[in-house]
Amino acid sequence: MVSADTLEPSVQPGPPSAEKPLLSVEGLTRVYGKRIGCADVSFELFPGEVLAVVGESGSGKTTLLNCISSRLAPTCGTVHYRMRDGASADIYKMSEAERRYLMRTDWGFVHQNPIDGLRMTVSAGANVGERLMAVGNRHYGNIRRAAIDWLARVEIGEDRVDDQPRTFSGGMRQRLQIARNLVTEPRLVFMDEPTGGLDVSVQARLLDLLRGLVSDLGLAVVVVTHDLAVARLLSDRMIVMKDGRVIEAGLTDRVLDDPRAPYTQLLVSSILQV
Amino acid sequence: MTSPATDAPEPTLARYNFAYLDEQTKRMIRRAILKGIAIPGYQVPFASREMPMPYGWGTGGVQVTAAIIGPDDVLKVIDQGADDTTNAVSIRAFFARTAGVATTTATPEATIIQTRHRIPETKLREGQVLVYQVPIPEPLRFLEPRETETRKMHALEEYGLMHVKLYEDIARNGRIATTYAYPVKVEGRYVMDPSPTPKFDNPKMHRSEALQLFGAGREKRIYAIPPHTDVVSLDFEDHPFEIQSFDQPCALCGGEGVYLDEVVLDDRGGRMFVCSDTHHCESRRAEGHRGALLGDEASADAASATVKEEM
Ligand SMILES: Nc1ncnc2c1ncn2[C@@H]1O[C@H](COP(=O)(O)OP(=O)(O)OP(=O)(O)O)[C@@H](O)[C@H]1O
Ligand SMILES: [Mg+2]
Repeated sequence: MVSADTLEPSVQPGPPSAEKPLLSVEGLTRVYGKRIGCADVSFELFPGEVLAVVGESGSGKTTLLNCISSRLAPTCGTVHYRMRDGASADIYKMSEAERRYLMRTDWGFVHQNPIDGLRMTVSAGANVGERLMAVGNRHYGNIRRAAIDWLARVEIGEDRVDDQPRTFSGGMRQRLQIARNLVTEPRLVFMDEPTGGLDVSVQARLLDLLRGLVSDLGLAVVVVTHDLAVARLLSDRMIVMKDGRVIEAGLTDRVLDDPRAPYTQLLVSSILQV
Repeated sequence: MTSPATDAPEPTLARYNFAYLDEQTKRMIRRAILKGIAIPGYQVPFASREMPMPYGWGTGGVQVTAAIIGPDDVLKVIDQGADDTTNAVSIRAFFARTAGVATTTATPEATIIQTRHRIPETKLREGQVLVYQVPIPEPLRFLEPRETETRKMHALEEYGLMHVKLYEDIARNGRIATTYAYPVKVEGRYVMDPSPTPKFDNPKMHRSEALQLFGAGREKRIYAIPPHTDVVSLDFEDHPFEIQSFDQPCALCGGEGVYLDEVVLDDRGGRMFVCSDTHHCESRRAEGHRGALLGDEASADAASATVKEEM
């Protein structure tokens, strides 16, 4: 078994040792019939930490992300999450109601394609306000104010608050999706290729914005990407996947500057040649 | 005003069971109704049958009525508040023929009232049953077309989406502009579509003494509000629920605080507002009340007519 922590015992990253992990993944496996989605993945994620999951197409990144975010039941293995009260909960032993509540309050999920994460037929304001209404906010004026504030934080003007996302550009849609997720001030956000479908210049701007929000809010993030530049910019640590397994894990700078697994070396060198 | 059951079953229809449906089907529908009563506001699936009328003509309501009606019942049928529209007349005739029951237009005399789009103005009492014809029973469908998902939302009481809908209303119109099929929460639990009644009627559902049954034929759903159940219209703290108000009384009976329909009088913009509940309007006139069109209190026997014209 290869895990982020066993590989790097001497350089445990940032968080003070007293702090307990927010997310603990152990021996996570998901198979599709005979095909492996991901196999025996273990890692811990600390509050405020950004973990990048990289690997080529079909290496199991999305499968892993879906399993740890309770969107896809794993074949075996466990995922524990530290609730706000400090108790550690096995997310697959929670009731569905508890799990769904967690997903729309303490967690966020940013899809690669904003259409999957937005309601395209309601206004930007309602998209952002939905989570507030879902947790019982019943004051229109307050909801609208919060929506406008969050739109501003993702650089969408107040004058667009009543427009539907289908009138937005790809980059705006992605920023709207981010605002919609962050309005309840979650502690953990999952992202699957958040800059995937965007132009290079739009990507750079979005990455900047994400980086700012993540550090301002002290968010813990698991971000899936096949783009090593995204991993470099956003993440503290990374894991490299191949054929569903973690083949290398460690601090992002270390993995990118001094890759140990031959596959990672190949991956890094192929990027650098560009 | 009860018209006696003049339409005795015709020979050609003799082969039908009482109230058209066979007893087994009625039992199946009654089970769904009982379940609905036990879980107020919850949509119970049922095996909706073909009825000898098209969907959209209230086949859901007709099946519910057929399942609960007995020979001693007195049936009233209204469409948009009126007893004399085609839809109401044909459903009334259907039960007069197939069940031989007495029919009436008088709200207090009816034991079962089948309705489309209105709740009578006369307060319903214990022992009466109001049967609604429902086209679309799912209040969440507007924003979530997936049935699997809406069922889960009901089960887990995830009703944030209903407020998203109201939010959109206010964002677009400056106020909650939904005027009919206005969503309600039943007994603090299930969010329910009251069928396309005007929101004016929503407060009448709250703690009604009558049993309220809802039948959606095409969508195969039955739901219920037992007597004395809390029925609360959804809203925001800063945009509270309000019913429609009319700035003039009924032009025929002078009635106020009732739901009025606009009637166009000529092609020069002339129009008047009259009670949508025809029985209510007729009984007020029978008591001597007169509206503007009928000469107000000028009428000698209209001692108690409302005076509201000096404004
Ligand atoms: N629903 C599914 N049914 C069957 N096999 C699947 C399914 N989803 C994924 N797989 C398989 O599991 C493996 C991992 O797929 P996954 O989508 O997790 O990869 P990925 O790393 O996210 O790839 P990409 O970068 O292309 O998004 C692949 O072999 C894929 O074919
Ligand atoms: Mg993927």
